[in-house]
Amino acid sequence: MTDPALTDPALTDPALTDRATAWTPDQPIVAIKDVHKSFGDLEVLKGVSLEVRKGEVVCIIGPSGSGKSTLIRCINALTDIQGGSITVEGQEVHAKNLDKLALRKKVGMVFQQYNLFPHKTALQNVMMAPIKVLKEDRSEVEGRARALLRKVRLEGKEDSYPGELSGGQQQRVAIARSLAMRPDIMLFDEVTAALDPETVKEVLVTIKDLAREGMTCILVTHEMGFAREIADHIYFTDRGVIVEHGPPATFFDQASDPRTREFLSQIL
Amino acid sequence: MASRRFPGVDAPLRTDLPVLKPYRLSGPVHDEMYLVRWIASAPPIYLALALALWPAAAWAQGGYGVVDGFEALARWVPFLVTEGFLFNVLISLFSMTIGTVAGLALGLAQISRNAALRGASWFVTQLFRNAPWLVLLFIVLLAFPFEIEIFGLLIPIPAWMKAVIGLSLPIMANISEIVRGAVNSVPSAQWEAAESLSFTRTQTLWQIVLPQCVKRMIPPWMNWYAILTMATPLCSLLGVGEIITLSRQAMEAENNQPELLLPFYGFALVLFFAYCYPIARLTIRLERRYSVKL
Repeated sequence: MTDPALTDPALTDPALTDRATAWTPDQPIVAIKDVHKSFGDLEVLKGVSLEVRKGEVVCIIGPSGSGKSTLIRCINALTDIQGGSITVEGQEVHAKNLDKLALRKKVGMVFQQYNLFPHKTALQNVMMAPIKVLKEDRSEVEGRARALLRKVRLEGKEDSYPGELSGGQQQRVAIARSLAMRPDIMLFDEVTAALDPETVKEVLVTIKDLAREGMTCILVTHEMGFAREIADHIYFTDRGVIVEHGPPATFFDQASDPRTREFLSQIL
Repeated sequence: MASRRFPGVDAPLRTDLPVLKPYRLSGPVHDEMYLVRWIASAPPIYLALALALWPAAAWAQGGYGVVDGFEALARWVPFLVTEGFLFNVLISLFSMTIGTVAGLALGLAQISRNAALRGASWFVTQLFRNAPWLVLLFIVLLAFPFEIEIFGLLIPIPAWMKAVIGLSLPIMANISEIVRGAVNSVPSAQWEAAESLSFTRTQTLWQIVLPQCVKRMIPPWMNWYAILTMATPLCSLLGVGEIITLSRQAMEAENNQPELLLPFYGFALVLFFAYCYPIARLTIRLERRYSVKL
């Protein structure tokens, strides 16, 4: 099998290689600069900037409709932007000649509604992308997939279909499915918002394990206690702009902006 | 309250208030699966009754000639079944195969990213879906030559082959709609999840979306097979030797007695029903099962 890095057009194209190699781990792994995004007349992102370093855990919080989910979806090009720039490992995400597949191999994403493939078992869900997309060896992938399911504490559920699993279990399969692609960055889009209170915890524990292992994580969340516990940096968005950001201790205890204070007083 | 009666109104009034009850259609739901629903809703006991009464009806119609009519039919039954009805089944199977393959392609073209292809396939689908089947049959009959020359070799195209093509056209168009509808019924979140896992559009369609659609497509697909089978007697108008053509020829051979009409056509009816009834029952059962699961 050939090394995917050699056949990856994003890396072999000289115009892109310069930019791709220009990135070093001491620079931000994700850099968002002055991003604008509108849906028709509705402007949801009005110049958002943020930076994430390798191994960092960043939480984005804010009221509903403030553009959090849109922002996170822009990072792996599920949504396009109208202005500004987003780079992932030095590569411009919204360049015209972007190799979207190469980008998405680096950036894993977990959704609010799990979105597992209902016609496949948990194990098959995890194995599918590495086999079909990365063309990896089936037995090697299977071993990895089983290990991942163990890691998200779903031993014994390998052959269950998504319909037979609880919401929390499905969400953990979805996390394992993303991890099977060996991403450098994980995006979590309100992953506990659709879960029962009892099952929220099991998903959060899984994410905490990941963060502890050094995975770069960007989370949109409403779980303030969780954000405070695991985040290295917290961003607060409201009406399409980042109002305030900082490390959790300063952010939660010494918020300076009145909008942040009002939001926190309603939540906490 | 005492039940009042109005002249001409059968049901006693249960209220004094001027209530207009909503108008309800009785019987099976009027959707695209109407035909199989209707067939499948017939209780088996009714079928047995109809079979038992068929000679009686023939007797009521024909009087003393009835026994002769059924005797004549008995002589022709092997011929009608093996030469006639099996040919209908064969035509239906060929048409269904061609229609399914072409319909799948047309349906996928309808969800193509290429606007021109999408528009063209939509037009073809609507055209053949809404055209009367008989018109399509005659167009194919008249438009196709009776033989074609390939590399100096004259290959004849018999009428039954044209009939197969003519019948497969509306099937193609309806399968195309089934495919389009089924693909659209898969939530867009599935596309998004696949996209975020680096699947290409083609991979997503074939490995994630279509496998989820197959179960949903089977009942309407079987519905169209039942409709197609019952439409195969249209081929008799093209002179294809299927059951209706052969029944007519057999009656002519038996001197065209009017007493023969009910036994012979009744026999064709019974055959078609016997063939389609299990298909219809199975279709409805599958539809119920799959609609619960997904």
